[in-house]
Amino acid sequence: MSRLEARQLVIDIPGRGDGRALDVCIEPGQVWGVLGPNGAGKTTLLHTLAGLRAPRSGQVRLDDRPLAALGRRRVARQLGLVFQERHDGFPATVRETALIGRHPYLSPWQMEGAEELRLAEAALERLDIAHLADRLVGTLSGGERQRLAIATVLTQAPALWLADEPTNHLDLHHQTEVMALLAGEARQGRAVMMCLHDLNLAARWCDHLLLLYPGGEACWGPAEAMLEPAALERLYGQRLATAWVDGAPVFVPLK
Amino acid sequence: MVTLARPLGGLALAALAALILSVALGSVTLPPGEILAVLRGQGSPLAQTLILELRLPRSLSAFAVGGLLAVAGALMQVLLRNPLADPYVLGLSGGASVGALAAMLAGVGGLVVSGGAFAGALLSTLLVFGLAHGRGGWTPARLLLTGVVVAAGWGAMITLMLAVTPADRLPGMLYWLMGDLAYARAPWPPLALLLVVCLLVMPLGRSLNVLARGPLQAAALGVSVRRLEWGIYLGASALTAMAVTSAGSIGFVGLVVPHMLRLLLGNDQRLILPACALAGGTLLLLADTLARTMIAPEQLPVGVITALLGVPTFLYLLYRSQ
Repeated sequence: MSRLEARQLVIDIPGRGDGRALDVCIEPGQVWGVLGPNGAGKTTLLHTLAGLRAPRSGQVRLDDRPLAALGRRRVARQLGLVFQERHDGFPATVRETALIGRHPYLSPWQMEGAEELRLAEAALERLDIAHLADRLVGTLSGGERQRLAIATVLTQAPALWLADEPTNHLDLHHQTEVMALLAGEARQGRAVMMCLHDLNLAARWCDHLLLLYPGGEACWGPAEAMLEPAALERLYGQRLATAWVDGAPVFVPLK
Repeated sequence: MVTLARPLGGLALAALAALILSVALGSVTLPPGEILAVLRGQGSPLAQTLILELRLPRSLSAFAVGGLLAVAGALMQVLLRNPLADPYVLGLSGGASVGALAAMLAGVGGLVVSGGAFAGALLSTLLVFGLAHGRGGWTPARLLLTGVVVAAGWGAMITLMLAVTPADRLPGMLYWLMGDLAYARAPWPPLALLLVVCLLVMPLGRSLNVLARGPLQAAALGVSVRRLEWGIYLGASALTAMAVTSAGSIGFVGLVVPHMLRLLLGNDQRLILPACALAGGTLLLLADTLARTMIAPEQLPVGVITALLGVPTFLYLLYRSQ
């Protein structure tokens, strides 16, 4: 179990004022959604929380120790990142790609063994792409590649998930499957934070929300408190209608 | 996941066969029995001189230089995440050439030429290193662009030097520019460097696999990206500088051998890097054997042979792959 804390954190977006410093703590069992319009800094926030970018000010702490002081390998054993964009490099198969999730656990001389292979295959199975294991990644569809990225982090088995639009490119069924998977990870005591564009997925699956405004303003808290139609309309600059389905609000943009 | 033993064993056998062939062939063809006798300290004095002082040092040098170039090329391709990268892409061979040609233009030979080449390579590495670092961030694109422009500058200086050189000294310079093993008499430094670097990069292989997927992904999986990237850059530069110092700028091996192996063996760097050392060495050894036997007693520049052998082989493999 791990907790990730942002303490007086200001993310570094060139040419933007400081806005409001973030004091957020992601606890085991929680599912956080980050909402905001394009360019609000969602991805930058996620990368800063993962220690891949330096903040302008403030601190990120992992289990009460400053993230910047921990080695990357140590961090990678606790914290996994699903990227929005990914780089292919040289051709590799789906299985090889999922297996790199074990990288932080293996010593330099160690080869991936049966246990690593079992974890990777189980992750591919879980994301419905086991049948693609021998295919080259470059030949996959956008949705299949998205599921592979999630399977790679599942193979990594981190206590903290940071996911940048994990439902990108996915069809409706797999969107639900992926959200259920992330919620299931949280139920097992892990913590999840994800950037989302779909308000309705956030309303349905997240228990905490962080709203990022373009100017650097932000507010956060339990989902039911944050899902104020007026606040969301201001967030996106878009009028919304609200309906209720299955006990969760559904937001529909109005013309 | 990867089985290293079989492909590497096969390549090692091929390398050994090429080594025996290269020692046997020449102005006087030596039977295998005679070679064995000399290696055991027996055999005729002529055969002893031929093998121990002439052919074996040159063959081992050829193997070492080919291995160095292929490993350096594979490392550069991972560093720049660009399949067109080769050991010379960042201008290192240009710097070495200017150093070597300056020594030749001054009328000195031998060790001074090698020293000039090494100094030029070092200067070029530091120049690109310093300039690419710049005031902003470091990116592969910036490093590549800096290297290509520095290489263009060296190219202009090489042309200038060739233009002002007296005609009788031109052939030596041209041979050096195309790569020539005729003066490579000290195989142990490059062989030792090749061995050391292979042992150093083997445990880094999986990190390199992850780095090939981009620096952010690599950092997220626990790789210290900046340290690894500078390590690769300096390591590949050292390999290339050593190769160029030993044998001039032999083209093609560093670009094509890693690609051939990727087409045949996949992209796991833990397999590709040692395979590059063996296959690059074997290719250059065979090319050099051809270069000194084809129109004996005249010799051809080995760089011409590597290209003539490598181009059709590579095109065939590329055509055959999906």
